[in-house]
Amino acid sequence: MSSVPLRMLPPAGQLARLRRAGRDAGSLHLIERHARAYGHAWLVFASGVFEPLFYLLSVGIGLGVLIGKVPGPGGRLIPYRDFVAPGLLAVSSMNGAMFDSTFNIFFRLKYAKLYDAVLSTPMRPAQVALGEIGWALIRGTIYAIAFTLVMLALGLVHSPWTVLDVPVAVLIGFAFAALGMTGTTYMKSWQDFDYVLLISVPIFLFSATFYPISIYPRAVQVVIECTPLYQGVVLLRDLTLGVVGPGLLWRAAYLAVLGLAGLYASGRRIGKLLLI
Amino acid sequence: MVVSVRGDDPPGPPAHGGAARPPVPPGPPAHGRAARPPVPPRPIPPRTFSAFRCWLTVYRRIWRSSVWSSVLGPVFYLGAMGFGLGSLVNKHGTASLGGVSYLAFVAPAILATSAANTGMAEASWPVFGSLKWNKIYIGAQSSPLRPEDIFRGHLIFMAMRLAMNAAVTIAFMWAFGAVRSAWVVLAWPVAVLTGVAFAAPIAAYAVLAKNELSFIYIFRFGMMPLMLFSGTFFPLSQLPGWLRAVAYATPLWHGVALCRALSLGAGLSPLGALGHVAYLAVLAAIGIWAGGRTYRRRLYV
Repeated sequence: MSSVPLRMLPPAGQLARLRRAGRDAGSLHLIERHARAYGHAWLVFASGVFEPLFYLLSVGIGLGVLIGKVPGPGGRLIPYRDFVAPGLLAVSSMNGAMFDSTFNIFFRLKYAKLYDAVLSTPMRPAQVALGEIGWALIRGTIYAIAFTLVMLALGLVHSPWTVLDVPVAVLIGFAFAALGMTGTTYMKSWQDFDYVLLISVPIFLFSATFYPISIYPRAVQVVIECTPLYQGVVLLRDLTLGVVGPGLLWRAAYLAVLGLAGLYASGRRIGKLLLI
Repeated sequence: MVVSVRGDDPPGPPAHGGAARPPVPPGPPAHGRAARPPVPPRPIPPRTFSAFRCWLTVYRRIWRSSVWSSVLGPVFYLGAMGFGLGSLVNKHGTASLGGVSYLAFVAPAILATSAANTGMAEASWPVFGSLKWNKIYIGAQSSPLRPEDIFRGHLIFMAMRLAMNAAVTIAFMWAFGAVRSAWVVLAWPVAVLTGVAFAAPIAAYAVLAKNELSFIYIFRFGMMPLMLFSGTFFPLSQLPGWLRAVAYATPLWHGVALCRALSLGAGLSPLGALGHVAYLAVLAAIGIWAGGRTYRRRLYV
């Protein structure tokens, strides 16, 4: 790290170039900052690939044998590991995005005082929100690609539509990162993270990730269909198994709208918190 | 910089008025009355106890948020794994589980696994944060508490949290009909022991950690595989032979196996139970010994 020159702002020429490039180019500085800050922790970054591998192996060796076949999309019976793998991809996108946008943002907001420093430069709150969410999405993309490759290696991919798994996983990450970041701006202490778990754990457990929601009564099913994770799980499962229809576009639009709403709200909240 | 009188010798005159400290052993009579009878010995060394009380004071302010996750966490997991996933497993046949329903099979494993997870969670970030972020340890350092007292006091607090969570989980296991035997009451101390067997060594390490990134490795390469491959969600008989041997050597498997045997009331000899308890107790004892040393290395001034 000693070779990295200390500078508060990019050289004037680069800054001007970025300004010309677009209104929100400022958020690129935040992404660059995170890339540098994580430079010494790249191993943490890389080791994240092992998590889905452990999960998929444990399902393949263990639960898959216990469960046998389950009804997949369209009522066709499929092996349990084929059923659960797309669900696990969705969960890992959600968890990665939630972790980045809650714990990490809270730390930067309250302890590292990163945004106090950032907002004393020409950057605006909306650019902070965009930069943070952009960073979460870059990480999410890398993990989604790795996860999809692991699925391919384990023979869990059944359709060429699977190439769309990566953008859909990033979309799930976008929705949860934006909503999580908005929630984080309302938090006062680390204890509030218990409430984050209180929301994310049931979403993770009950959103058709591990078993079809057909076992619930209809009223419960309606509630579950409103969760962004359920929509993401269905998207990924249908794509991976090759059961594709125009209805998937609505689900993707739902995730995109949630993400955009969170992006707008979190930018406003950061401005309200830190700019007097 | 606060300079304080501290060390191993019995507490002398208090260096600065610490209202939260327990009364010091007999000093000069307070109001000129006749000498008081000697103070009877206490079960817990008072300095350890005052370190524990510090955490109680903290907890009194934050319990509201943690009580929700402590109570609803087990409900969510038992519901999703036991009933949701269980409906699929039971349909396919439970011969490999020993004929019991998946709920009865997985519930004690959830008890032991969540104890191990709570132990890890309470001993990693909070210990590190007490040094780096909210500096509770730094405050304790400038009181007559010794590093060992700080460690043991915090560990007692962790054991208290483990006991609370395990009691709630067992109550829900019983309410959901996942319990097959009255021996399950013994699964309570076993779950706490499992949690302490994780918490003590991890706290001993966490106090020396340079940054919080190392906890991510512990979680990712330690807790996560343990959680998935320790006979928690499926019986070990499904693992290939060499992996089964590894699983038998891990602490979580001992906790899971013992909790499961107690909850089902079957499949365990007294000698086997003793073996499980001995393994976990030795691990906890090593952690407690190591913690005393590492806390002293990090906190002694």
